[in-house]
This record gives sequence, C-alpha cells and structure tokens, in this order.
Amino acid sequence: MSQEFRLILKDADQPGYTPDMECYLRRGGYDALKKAFAMGPRVSPDGGTVSGPEKVRKEVLASGLRGRGGAGFSAGLKWSFVDRKSGKPIYLICNADESEPGTFKDRQIIHKDPHQLIEGMIISCWANDVKLAYIYIRGEFPQGAKLLNAALAEARAKNFLGKNILGTDYDLEIHVHRGAGAYICGEETGLIESLEGKRAYPRIKPPYFPAVLGLYMCPTIVNNVETLCHVKHILTMGSAEYAKLGTPNNTGTRIVSLSGDVKRPGYYEIEVGKATIGELINDPAFGGGLRDGRKLKAVIPGGSSSKILKAGEVFKLNRKGADGQMTKVDVPLLDLPYDFDSLQQAGTMSGSSAIIVMDDSRDIVECLANLGEFYAHESCGQCTPCREGSLWISKALHRMTHGQGRKGDADYLVNIAQNIQGRTICAFGEACAWPVLSFVKKFKEDFEARGAADEARNAADK
Amino acid sequence: MSTPATTDIKPAPAAPPPIEKIKIKVDGREIEVPKMMPDWQGKPQPTTMLQACQLAAQEVPHYCYHPKLPIAGNCRMCLVEFGTPAMGPDRKPVLNEDGSSKIAKSVLPYEPGTPRGAIACATPISPGMEIYPNSPATKQMREAVLESLLINHPLDCPICDQAGECKLQEYSVEHGQSQSHFVEAKVHKPKAVDLGPRIVLDDERCILCTRCIRFTKDIAGDDALGIVNRGSYSTIAAWKEGAFDNNYTLNTVDLCPVGALTSKDFRFQMRVWFMKETKSLCTSCGTGCNVIVGSREEKVYRYEPRQNDAVNSTWMCDSGRLNYKWINRDDRLKDVVVRGQKSTWAAALKEISEKLAKAASGSVAVLASARQTNEELYLLSKLAKKLGAVTDSVPRVGEGDKLLVSADKNSNTNGAKLTGIASAEMGSNLKKIADGIRSGAIKTLVVFGEDVTKHGIGADLLAKLETIIVSDILPNATTATAHILLPGCAHAEKRGSFTNVKGRVQKFMKAVEPKGDARSEWEVLHELVHNVTGQNGFSSIEGLFNQMAKEVPAFAGLEWAKLGDTGVTVPI
Amino acid sequence: MSFTVPAKLEAEIDELISHYPQKRSASLMLLHAVQEHFGYISHDATEWIAKKLELQPINIYELVTFYPMFRQEPAGRHQIKVCRTLSCALGGSHKLHDHFCTKLGLDAHKHGLQTTPDGKFSVEFVECLAACGTAPVMMCNDDFHEGVTSQKADEILGGCK
Repeated sequence: MSQEFRLILKDADQPGYTPDMECYLRRGGYDALKKAFAMGPRVSPDGGTVSGPEKVRKEVLASGLRGRGGAGFSAGLKWSFVDRKSGKPIYLICNADESEPGTFKDRQIIHKDPHQLIEGMIISCWANDVKLAYIYIRGEFPQGAKLLNAALAEARAKNFLGKNILGTDYDLEIHVHRGAGAYICGEETGLIESLEGKRAYPRIKPPYFPAVLGLYMCPTIVNNVETLCHVKHILTMGSAEYAKLGTPNNTGTRIVSLSGDVKRPGYYEIEVGKATIGELINDPAFGGGLRDGRKLKAVIPGGSSSKILKAGEVFKLNRKGADGQMTKVDVPLLDLPYDFDSLQQAGTMSGSSAIIVMDDSRDIVECLANLGEFYAHESCGQCTPCREGSLWISKALHRMTHGQGRKGDADYLVNIAQNIQGRTICAFGEACAWPVLSFVKKFKEDFEARGAADEARNAADK
Repeated sequence: MSTPATTDIKPAPAAPPPIEKIKIKVDGREIEVPKMMPDWQGKPQPTTMLQACQLAAQEVPHYCYHPKLPIAGNCRMCLVEFGTPAMGPDRKPVLNEDGSSKIAKSVLPYEPGTPRGAIACATPISPGMEIYPNSPATKQMREAVLESLLINHPLDCPICDQAGECKLQEYSVEHGQSQSHFVEAKVHKPKAVDLGPRIVLDDERCILCTRCIRFTKDIAGDDALGIVNRGSYSTIAAWKEGAFDNNYTLNTVDLCPVGALTSKDFRFQMRVWFMKETKSLCTSCGTGCNVIVGSREEKVYRYEPRQNDAVNSTWMCDSGRLNYKWINRDDRLKDVVVRGQKSTWAAALKEISEKLAKAASGSVAVLASARQTNEELYLLSKLAKKLGAVTDSVPRVGEGDKLLVSADKNSNTNGAKLTGIASAEMGSNLKKIADGIRSGAIKTLVVFGEDVTKHGIGADLLAKLETIIVSDILPNATTATAHILLPGCAHAEKRGSFTNVKGRVQKFMKAVEPKGDARSEWEVLHELVHNVTGQNGFSSIEGLFNQMAKEVPAFAGLEWAKLGDTGVTVPI
Repeated sequence: MSFTVPAKLEAEIDELISHYPQKRSASLMLLHAVQEHFGYISHDATEWIAKKLELQPINIYELVTFYPMFRQEPAGRHQIKVCRTLSCALGGSHKLHDHFCTKLGLDAHKHGLQTTPDGKFSVEFVECLAACGTAPVMMCNDDFHEGVTSQKADEILGGCK
C-alpha cells in the first residue's frame, strides 16, 4: 500500500512547527545554502574551472527535477537556456500565483514553511547569478504575502539576504509582489508583464522567451514555488540520492492536491509515480474512497485544464518488459501511476498535480459549464481565438444548462474548442479547450441526451 | 522614427556588403529571401514568414500586423501552416529518396495529426522552411479566426463608414465562410464613444488589434489609449472621454482595419467607393507629407497619408489632414477682374504683357509665395529676371514637432530659394520693395498668393502704385486693391512639384477641376513669359519641369517622370 | 474633490517603489496599498498613482479594469468572497452563496459584487481561491475560511462588527 512521502512538507504540519526562522533553523534550515556556498569559488565560467554556481546548476539538471507548476519541463534545462552572456542582469521570479482550479499545494508551503521557499530561491539565485528576485504571489493570499515578507525580513536580519551574504561577495534581494486576481498571471510571460506593471498579456514566443527576453527584456527564470523548494533538497541530498526518489524521468516527490468527491480531500506528498490514481482516490492514507454509496464517474487528474479521464477507461502505456523491450500494456484508470509520463501517455497531463474527483451524482455538463465560466472569466482577451472562443463556449454551456440545449451541441462545442487550441499566444488556449474537448469526447452521450431532451421539451411547449 | 531616403541622388556609395540569403519554399515554389529585413523601425531583424511570403507575392491576410508598428501577434489572422527540414536523432537532416530534405510539418505536440500554425508576422524563417499560405489547414485557421472576429461584431456594414475599405469585409470575401456557427447572444459594448475631438469609437466593431494603441504610444509618443476590461468584454479607451487629443490621432482611423475608429470630419460624408483617389501632397508645412486626396464631383472630401519613407512614413498630422476645406470654400476667386470689372484671360493677359513689356527695368517688383510650385516660381523668376525686378517671398515660421510638423509653414521654401525668386534671407527684400514703392521707383507690383498688406506693404503704399497685378485663390486685402486680379488654383486643382524642407522634390497630381474661370498659374505664367521674353516654353507640366531642371542648377538631372510617386532629394 | 494620501501611506508607497528597477512595476502594489486605505480605487486615486509612477492615468486604469481584485466603487466593510469554481461548486459553494445572499437580502442569482444598503457587507462569487480540499471556501476581507457550512457562515457574519 502506498504511503505519503514527505520531503517538502516534512516539517510543515508537525506539531509546534511555525513559519518562523527559529523553527526553520532548528530543523537544519539554511544548511543547504551554506552547502551551496561551500561548493566552490564563484569563478566565471570562462576561468576554466567549474564554479560553484555552475555545480549547483549541474546538480539540478542531474536530479531530473521537473517543474511543479504545470508543464513539467526539466528545471535544469530551463536554467540552461538562460542567456548568461548578454551583459544584462538575470532575474528570477518565483511563480506563487497558484490559481489552477483544484490546486492548493503552494499555499501549504507559503503559509507553513516560507523559509524553505526562500532558501530554495536564494540557492537558485546564487546558482544563476541573480541579484534581484521576486515572489509573485496571487492577490488572494494576503496572509501568505505577509508571512513571506516577515520571513524575508528575518532572512535579511540573518544576512541570508542582502549584501555579502554570509561573508561571501554575493548580494541578493528578494521582494514580494502581489497579483490581483488574474489567473493568466500564472503563465510566465503574463506574469512578467504583470510584474512590469501592465495587463498580464502573455508575450509572443518567439521572440520573447523569458530566458533571453524576460523581465525588463533581461534574461529571466520563472520557477514554481514547489520547484524552488526542491532545489534546496537536491542540494541537501545530492542529485544522485534525490533522483532515487520517484521513478525514472519522474524523480523526486510531488504534492498532490485532491479535491471533489472523496472522503478525505487534501494535499498528499508522494514520490512521483509511486502511487496510482486509484490509490490516491481510495487508499485510507489518501482520499479514503468515494462517499458511501457513490461510484466514480470521472477524474480531472492535473488541474482543471487537464483532460478529464472517465471511470473505467483503459489506457495503452509503454512499459519496459523483462527483456528490456518497450511494449504497450493496458492500464486501467485506477492503476495509472501518478507521474508526468504516464498521464501524458494516457492523453492527459499531471499539470499542477491537482486531482478533482467526480462521482456518479454529478452532471457532467454542469461541471463543464462551471469550468467554461472560469475560462471565459480568466481569458485575458489579448488574442482572438481565446478571447472570443472562451466566452462562446461559456455562453453555449450556460444555454445548455438552462434548458436550451440542442442535439448538435456536442459537435458545436468541439468545433469552437478545436479552433482555440494551438492557435493562441499562450497555453491558455489549450487550458480552455482541453476540458471541452475531453468532456465532450468522453461523455458525448450526456451532452447529446441533454440537447435532445431540451429540444423535445421546447418543441412540446410551443 | 527612421525615414531612410529611397531614391536620393548621392555619390555612388561603396559597394554594400553582400546580402545573406536563405532558401525557402512558399506555396511549393522555391525562393531566395534575405536572411534579415527591416523591422518597423527600419532595423535589420530576421526575416519573418510574412515578409518572405510578400516577397513571394503570396498575400498573408492580417489585422494587427502593420509594417510600421511594433509586432503584437494578437489577431492570429496570419496563422500559416509550415514545415521545417526533419532532423534525425544525430541532429542531421533526414533525406528523401531523391536526396532532398524531408520536411517535418509543424503539428500540435499533443495531437500529432493536427497541423500547428505559426503567426507569419512574428515567426522568423529558417533555411529549408516550407510555408503553406494556401493549404487547407491554413485556410481553415483563417476561416476560424474570421468567424471568431465576427461573432460579436454588429455586422452593420450598411451604415459603417469603413464599408468598402474594411478588412473584415475584404477577408470575409476572400477567406471567410458564408455562415457562422454562432447561435448565442452577442456581447454589447459602447457605441459612438467620443474618444477625442476628432475621433469617434464604436467598440462593438473593434477587433482589438491594438494598432491604434501602438501607434499613439510608439509613433506619436502619446500613451493615451489602452484596453479596459478583460476577455471578450475588452474595449479600447482613453482615460476620459475626449482625451485622445494629439496632432496625430487621425492616423489611428487609417490604421484601424475595421470601422471602429472613425473621423468626425469624414464620417457619414461620403461612401468611399464613390471617391476618386489622387496622389498629392499636404501643403500645410514644409514637410510635404504625401497624401491621397479623396474627391467626388469636383469636391475634396478628405486627405489620407500616402506612404513615403523618405518623408512621412505612412503618417500625417491632423492639422495638415484637415486643412483642405479652404479648397471647397464658396468665396474662392473665380473670375478674372480688371479694374473692378469681370474680364477674360485673353484681355487680362494682353494688358499685363503689354504693361510689363514696356516697364522700365527696376520698376517692377515681384512677390511670389513660397507656397507656389517649383514650376510657377521658376517661371516667375524668369519673368523677373527679364524685367530686372526686385523679388522675394514671405517666410512663415511656426511651431514644429519631433515627428512630422515642420516649423516652416511654407510648402515650398526651398523651391522659392532654389529658383532664385526668394532673397537669400527670405523676406529681407520686402522692405526694399516697400521703400521702392514709397520712393516711386517701383510702379508695378506683381503678387502671387500673398496678402502684402500683412507684410509691410500697406494700403497707403499700394495706393501709390500704377499697376497692381494679383493672382490668388481666396480674397484678401491685397486682392481687393488689385487692378488686375487673376483667379488661381489650389494645388489639388493642378499639377506641379514642391521641394520640401529636406530638399525632397515631389510632384502632385490634379484631383479636381479649378473653380470658375481659375487657371493653373503655371499655364498663365507660361503665356506671360512667352509674351514678355519672347522665349518659347513648354506647354505641358512635364516639359516645363524638364526645362526647369536644365536651367536651375539645383534641379540638374531631374526629370518629371523620374520623380515617381515619392520624389527625389536634391542638395539644398 | 481633492485627493490626499496621508504621509504614512505615501512613505509606504515610496518604499514599495524602491523595490523595482522600473517604477511602473510598482503599479499593482500601489493599487493594493491605495485600495486597502481608501476601500476602492477612485478616479482621483488612479490619477494620483499614475502621477506618482510617471505614467498616464490610462496605464493605471487598464490595470484597475483587468485585475478583478481592484474596485472602482466602495464595497461593504466586510467583503465576502465565495469561491465559485469546480471543487467548491461540488462542495456546495452555490448553496453557500445563496445562504449569504438570503441572509443579507441580496439577489442570489447575481454573480457580481453586491453590497447591502447599509454598506456593511458585500457578497460576490470569485474564481478558485486555491483551497479546494476544504470546499467550500471563502474569504471575508483578508481572512480565509474553509469548509464553510451554513452554520459557520452565520458565525462569520456574526463575527463581523
């Protein structure tokens, strides 16, 4: 039976553990930073020797750490794209704009263990020669912002931040920047625009790749809260030890946010891929199963933008056989290992590792209408397909959930969504199209039945 | 803003470095295009798919892209399907059996069967790239974008000023579908918003391409417009109603690809398809912005800027643009008047010719306007030389700006200088003329297009003259005193050329017929010069210009035909 | 109407501006600071912030209308924000919203911000508040409340002075 494996949240929920520096230091806080600083002189890469920062970057790459924000991209690779020869300052921004529906993991770190994030940030900044960094926290976390500011003040007082940190020649300042209720700020270039004091309009790529033309057109790293915390643990454990956690290509731990129709919703940290979706939903250590008398209808596996999975689905997954050959194996939904690659092979994604469970009492059209309203509300409105399409979808779903469905509505919705995905400036296009495409694909009969019933009733009323 | 001259006459520069080229395929046809091309500021940047398609004569429809504005990439109309040479795991190109590069078409990473388009406006080309501007996938993407743009659009073409020059209409015909899937209620937005003193905004027609915002921020330097609200409810706005008020606001009307921004001056005045378009110049200052005159049935309805990168890029100022109404004024001088009596050109020219032919050397003064054309000034100069006349023009100095408006309010100061009609320091002979009249040495005054009473030659002096010959367009104190009054033409009523403040010699064409008996000044002067000097000249503007170019050193080498639509720069 | 920013707030604002290499970046932080103090972003406040950051008022107005947390009108002294998005909807957020509206005499079918005539309470639906495991969740001003039952909702209302 799978169990939680707490690495990031090891201390957070311990009795008596507070967000204070004292508490953090008692548990070995900032030792990883000291270890990083001890890794070697900060010699320029041209000097021939591998500098300490470069060693840290190599460690992070070797650890296999993948971004915990949503895309699951290698953090080490992302760092490797940074233009280090531009002569411009390099910025690091912690993406603490946690707002993917279903996700509440970064909230735990920020509110319960802010110093862990700050230590991870300082190490990451040092590794990338960053002198100024920001934590972009969503506006709806006012307490989180206060806690982070208090923690940053403590870190400054202890010289973990500021000038000549711990006697080195390294200076770093970190500031908290609050968002104000816009989901699109989670998109890294939208976040950068927002941090520049503008509407959070994502930038076109090319040319505005943050690693080259980011904040103030300078090279910029944007990493998720949880990702930055992992950097600290990679330093503490060493990349080789860290990479033993989880499964190959899906290393480390991950905090899974579990919500919806389970008995024990909440956040659970697991080794990546060491628990299945079924275990996360049903095991007493996790979700504890559905409410009595209810059956599973569907699972949204990686935040509201990920494609929905239907109870009873079976997926073809690549598995390495005993002979080392890759073969396709049938894996039922509940046996899907909860990791990046398996969910991708199942046609969806682990996204922000947020599972929303729906039982058989739920009306799938109503659920999609709820998400449709979310995406219409959150579309920034910059580019045509998403601006017009997201509201179109929402209006259609509103009509369908208010007695005016039509038989052809399933195809109608699919047509709108297909004209959004892949055609927008940012991934919000996919985020708003995928729920529609997957809900309709997997529950087409629900949509059609509703449309047919509405048409029949409306015809009779005439 | 960079305004590189396109056809300057200059010593041949050193051979430019060879232009690096890239081979790509557009719509199946191989083409070599430069690796770098000018961006909106004229700086070399990697060539985009859209630029490459234009070189290949393949139109890529677009709304937000404009060659003179920073790229926004928001309308998505220019999405095109494309492919790049396939790379093997060894990072070497994969070859077909015939040895050609295998092309990997761009597909959605999560749905490999579906093409993934790129916005042509912002995507750089790469060697071996194939662009499919007419493929079914490209067409489908365009259709979908157009459908999206139209779902909330009011479709009020019958009463829209943009009708006939609207990109929504044009692209709907070329790339659209005849039916919309949309069955929901449209979003309603503000109508007839008073954006500025010269601009009205219909937010429902707006497609949020942000051209207007980018223009006013990045070109006009007035960060006055923005987008308020969010998502499908977004609207263009100024901070307060009427606040959009710089001297370049009307360019946003030109830039607006749809009927959202309209000119208060032009709206509801004329359906654009009825108008004749004539290449002309703005005469409000020495910049000489290239314009299109829109006219119908001998009435001018609007000026619009015409692209000339050596002069005005694609812009013009509002004050210049709206300075056309005098052409249509009712009190225009329409008759030849001799001593208060309506006369004829033949009679008047006979009398003038005889008077001038008999005039003693130095007894005639010629005051020409630096708003006249090169050709007219050249002829006046010839006449004056023969008469030994003292000549000059009137300087007009006002406020200039950093973008287009010149402090020189004459449209042809350099023409007046180069033809020799103006004194070295323009206006310095005015006093000499006044003194000559006062002393009785000057008995005849020839005035073209100036009210001399405002320039030191008052009614008292005019009264001393034996003969006052005046040519003008509108009545003033000088025309009122003329013994012989000749009705002149607005530039829109004739052909000719001006030399702008930077020495750009530019021609303009005739848009409308002269009012009443008015005749082109150059025709009249041609006759006078013939009568007085005995020299024959050219009776066409082409011949006249070419003759001038032979005689006026500054214009040496110029030919009317070679001026083209955008002119030639001469040293000044 | 003259708009004055107290010295203490302006000092706080100057400190915030110092956090950024470019003043414009401080826009959102200034909007938060001004809204916390005045309760909303007035016309005058927008102009004041723009001037402070050497921007045009439209630059700030663009933000006020883009970011849902900023208000152009005063809200109630106690602002109740009920999470509307899926997990909370599954957990009963509509019932919770209805409950607040009924209790406070507001229209339960209206999603947008509604304020009681006495100006004491505002109720609105907001999008995901990132605490989906304890649905339904809500905020009352800066305080977060999880697993909000009708009974708990009444306690929250009762605790508002």
